[in-house]
Amino acid sequence: MSANLLSSENSIPWIRIVLGLIVACVLPFFISNYHVFQASMVLSYAIALVGMNILIGYSGQISLGHGAFLAIGAYTSAILMDKMNIPYWMTIPIAAFICLVVGFLFGLPALRLEGHYLALATFALAVALPQLLKFKHLEFLTGGVQGIVIMKPDPPWESLFGLKLNSDRWLYFLTLAVTLVMFVIGWNLIRGRVGRALIAIRDQPIAAASMGINTPMYKSLAFGVSAMFTGVAGALSAILVAFVAPDSFTVFLSITLLVGMVIGGVSSLTGALYGAIFIQFIPNIADQISKAAPWAIYGTMLILFMYTMPAGIAGAIRLLGEKLRIARS
Amino acid sequence: METFIHQVVAGIATGGVYASLALALVMIYQSTHHINFAQGEIAMFATYMAWTLINAGVPYWLAFICTVLLSFSLGVLIQRIIIRPVENAPVLNIVVVFIGLLVILNSIAGWIFTYTIKAFPSPFPKEPPFGLYFISSHELGSICVTMMLLLLLYSFFKFTPLGLAMRAAAQNPDSSRLVGIRVGWMLALGWGLAAAIGSVAGMMIAPVVFLEPNMMSGILLYAFAAALVGGIDSPGGAVLGGFIVGILENILGAYVIGTELKLSVALVLIIVVLTIKPAGLFGKVIVSRV
Amino acid sequence: MKKRQFTLTALCISLIGFALPAAAQKKYDPGASDTEIKIGQTMPYSGPASAYGVIGKVQAAYFKQLNEQGGVNGRKINFLTLDDGYSPPKTVEMIRRLVEQDEVLLTMGTLGTPSNTAIHKYMNNKKVPHIFLATGASKWNDPQNNPWTIGFNPNYHSEGKLYAQHILATKPNAKIAVLFQNDDYGKDYFTGFKDGLGAKAASMIVSQASYEVTDPTIDSQIVSLKGSGADTFFNITTPKFAAQAIRKVAEVGWKPTHYLNQVSASVGSVLKPAGLDISVGLISMQYIKEGADSRWDNDPTMKDFKALIKKYAPEVSQDDGNATYGYAVAQLMVHVLRQAGDNLTRENVMKQVTSIKDFQVPMALPGVLASSSPTDFALFQTMQLVKFDGKNWIEFGKPVAVK
Repeated sequence: MSANLLSSENSIPWIRIVLGLIVACVLPFFISNYHVFQASMVLSYAIALVGMNILIGYSGQISLGHGAFLAIGAYTSAILMDKMNIPYWMTIPIAAFICLVVGFLFGLPALRLEGHYLALATFALAVALPQLLKFKHLEFLTGGVQGIVIMKPDPPWESLFGLKLNSDRWLYFLTLAVTLVMFVIGWNLIRGRVGRALIAIRDQPIAAASMGINTPMYKSLAFGVSAMFTGVAGALSAILVAFVAPDSFTVFLSITLLVGMVIGGVSSLTGALYGAIFIQFIPNIADQISKAAPWAIYGTMLILFMYTMPAGIAGAIRLLGEKLRIARS
Repeated sequence: METFIHQVVAGIATGGVYASLALALVMIYQSTHHINFAQGEIAMFATYMAWTLINAGVPYWLAFICTVLLSFSLGVLIQRIIIRPVENAPVLNIVVVFIGLLVILNSIAGWIFTYTIKAFPSPFPKEPPFGLYFISSHELGSICVTMMLLLLLYSFFKFTPLGLAMRAAAQNPDSSRLVGIRVGWMLALGWGLAAAIGSVAGMMIAPVVFLEPNMMSGILLYAFAAALVGGIDSPGGAVLGGFIVGILENILGAYVIGTELKLSVALVLIIVVLTIKPAGLFGKVIVSRV
Repeated sequence: MKKRQFTLTALCISLIGFALPAAAQKKYDPGASDTEIKIGQTMPYSGPASAYGVIGKVQAAYFKQLNEQGGVNGRKINFLTLDDGYSPPKTVEMIRRLVEQDEVLLTMGTLGTPSNTAIHKYMNNKKVPHIFLATGASKWNDPQNNPWTIGFNPNYHSEGKLYAQHILATKPNAKIAVLFQNDDYGKDYFTGFKDGLGAKAASMIVSQASYEVTDPTIDSQIVSLKGSGADTFFNITTPKFAAQAIRKVAEVGWKPTHYLNQVSASVGSVLKPAGLDISVGLISMQYIKEGADSRWDNDPTMKDFKALIKKYAPEVSQDDGNATYGYAVAQLMVHVLRQAGDNLTRENVMKQVTSIKDFQVPMALPGVLASSSPTDFALFQTMQLVKFDGKNWIEFGKPVAVK
C-alpha cells in the first residue's frame, strides 16, 4: 500500500491490510512481553515517521529536529499524567493538539527559510529543547534533569476473549489502535486536497503559488500536522517507557528519525513501518555482530541500504512487485 | 569591564575553533553543493592519525604535514569509493550516507583509540603572548592559522584555473563536462581539500578541547551555524560567522541569559538573522528566472 | 534377607538424609544454576558518556579471568553487558531484555543517573537485585521504598557537603565560585555543597555557572567565574571538562583554592592531560586506588589489576580511574556472591548485599571500608580528603563520616 499518487494502481490492497491486521492482533499472545514492548515501540516510531513523511516526502521540506516534537508529546503526556492525574489515554489527543499548534507556530517563521537554512533551524530546535527541559525555572513542570517517572497503566480488563491481558499487551493494542487511526488520517490527508497541494508546492513551488495555493499556509500546516503525528508518537512512547528525561531526546534521536524515514522509503506510508523496524532492531543486530564497534556496522548498513535501495525498503519492494508482475504477464 | 573584554576575546578564540571547521564545510559546499555532516568526524579521525604519529616519535611539524597529506588522500578516497555511487541520488539519500559515514568514523575511532581523553600537543609556546592573560598563545596561533587557510582558499578559488574549474563543476556539472572539465575528479579534489582543511582544524582544536572521539560533535553544530550565518558559499563569511557565533555565545552566556540557555538563545538569534538575510550575511542571493 | 533389606533401606534413607539437606541448601532463582551465575548490566559504550565504557570492559575482563580460575563457588559468571548509549529508553529496553529474556539473576553496576531512574521502579517491581549502581545520586539509598536497589559510589550530595564543611572550617570568609554540569549529577553535588554551607551559602557563593555535555569548551564560564573575584572554586565537572577547566584556570592566571569532584580526580585520565604541574594544590576525595599512584606499585591487588588489563583488555589504560573503579566493584560483587554460597536466590543476594560488615575491598583505599545494613544502603560512608602534590594524591586529615 503506497500512497504514490503518480502510480496507476490506486486501489487499496484490502486483503494485505486485513491479513496484516490479523497477524498484528494475534502476535502479542505468541511472543514474550519483552518483544511485545519492542513491537509497541516500533509502532510508535512508525507514527512519527509518517509525520516526517508528510513534511519531507510530500511537502519537500526538511527537518532535522523532529525529536523535539517527540519530546513535547512525551512531556505533555507525562506532565498531564503526573501533575494533573489525567488518564493516560486522554493525554494522547491533548499531546496531538499541542504539537499541532506548536508545529504550526514554528513553521510560520521557519518556512521562510529554504533547504540548508531550514535544516539548521530545525536542528537548532532539536538542540535547544533539552536545554529548555532542564531549565530551572521550568523545573516545577518538567522535573528538570531528573525527568518524570510515570506509573505504567494496568489493563482495564483481565482478559480479552479468553486470552490473558497484561500491561504490555494492553498497551500494545492501544498503540496499534492509535497507529491505525493515524495511518488512516495520513492516508486521507495525502490523497485529498491537502496532499495534492503539498505535492504541487514541493515540485513546482512557483507554479503552485501562481495557481492560488497559499504556499506559506500549507507549508506551515504541513509542519503542524507532521508535528502532531510525532507528538502522538511521543506521548505513546512516554507511556510505554514510563519515564521521560531530557537525555531521552538528544539530537541523535532526530537524526535517527530522518534515517528511518529515508531507509523506509520517502513518500510511502508503509515505508514508515519498515523504517521503524529498521531503527528499532538494526542497532541491536549490529551489537550482536560486533561488540567492539557496533555503530560502524550500523553506519555500513545505512550506506549499503542507500546503494541498493535508493527508494527505501518500500521502494525496493514496490520495484520487486512490478518486476514480478512484468515477469508474470 | 576587564571581564567583558576577556569574554569577547575568549569568544574570538572559541570562534576561531568554529571558523576553522566552518571553512572545511564551506569548502565541501563550494565544490559539491552538499553540506557534509561527517566533516567533523573526518577531522577528528585525522587528528588521531596525527596523534599516533606524534606518539611514535615523529616531530610535530612533520607529523602535521603528513597528516594533512594523509587526510587529503582519505578525503579523495571517501569521495571516489563511498560518495560516488550516490552522487546523483536524491539529497536525502546523500544525507543518510553522510550520517552513516559519521557514525562509522566515530565508532572506529572509539574502538581503536578508546574514549578516554588524550592530550594533543600544541606547536605554540605555553606562555601567554605578550604577557596577556586574555588569550593563550595557542589560541592566537590557531586564529592566525585559520586566517592563513582562509587566504589560501580565497586565492585558490578566485585566481587559479583549478579553483575556477572546481567552482564550475559544482555549479553546473553538465556544462563543465562539455568544456572538458573532469567533473568526477573535481569533486574528489574538493573532498580531499576539505578533509585537509578539516585535519588542520582538528589539530588546532584538539589542544584546547582534548582529543576524544566525540570531540567534534558539539563543535559541528556551531560550525554549521557559523557557515550559514556567514553565507554557505563564502569562505570569508564562514570565518566571520565563526567569530560572531563565538562572541555571541559567550556574551549571551555571561551577561544576558546565563549559561543554562545560551545555546538555545544563540541559535534563535542566528535563525532570526537568517530570516532577515536568508542567504547569510555575505552569501549570494540566487535569483532564478521562472 | 531381612538383614540385607534392612541395611539397604537404611543405606538409602541415610543417603537421602544426606542428599536432602544438600538439595535443600542449593536454592536457585532464574539466572543461577549449578554451573553459572548470570549477571546483567547496561553501560554507555557509545554516545556522550562512552568514556565510562571502560568500567564495563574491565569488569568483563575480571569475570573472564575469574572463570578461568574456576569461578565463584564452582560456578562461572556469565556477564551480559549491553550498550545503552546513555539513553533512558534504550536502558529500559536492554534491561527488560536482560531480565525477561536472558533471565539474569541480578544486575550490577548499571551506569548513569537518568538510565537508572528509568529502570528503578521496574527492578523493584520485578524484585530483581539492582546493585552497585555506578552513580552517586542520593536517591539510591532508600531501603523503605526501593529495597532491591543499592548504589556503590559515595553519595555526590555528601561529597559536596564534605567540601563545604572543609571550607567553613578552614576559610570561613571564602568567596566561592562553582562550575557544574547541568544535569542530575552536577546538581546533586551542588545541592549537597549548598546544604553543607547552610545559611552562609547565599553569601559565600559569589558566582556560579553551568555547562552542557554538548558544549565544546567551558572557557567562557571560567572567565566569568574568575571575573567575580572568587578565591575558592568548586569544580563539578566530568573528566573532559575537568581537564579543560584546570587548564583554563591556570591560563587566565586565577589561583583559587580548587576543589575537584571525585568523579574527575583521576591522575591518569584527567590531571596528566591537563598538566600535572598546574594541578598542584587540587583538593578532592578518594576512595579507590589509582593505577598512576606510585604508592601502590607493589600492592598485590594493583599488580593483579595491571596484569589483568595487560592480558585481557590491552586497550584500557592502567592510569584510567574508571578502570580501577570497575575492578573494585567486581571485587565486591564476587565477595557478595561468595557469601551467598549455594543459596542463590535473589532474596538471599539482597540479604548479603545489605549486610556487608566493614569489608575492605582490596582495590579501595586502606581504611575505607564498605558497610551496609538493612536500614542504610550507603556503602562508603567515610570519605578521605586528598590533595595533589604534583605526582600523587596525598591524604590529609582523618576520614570523615558525612551523612
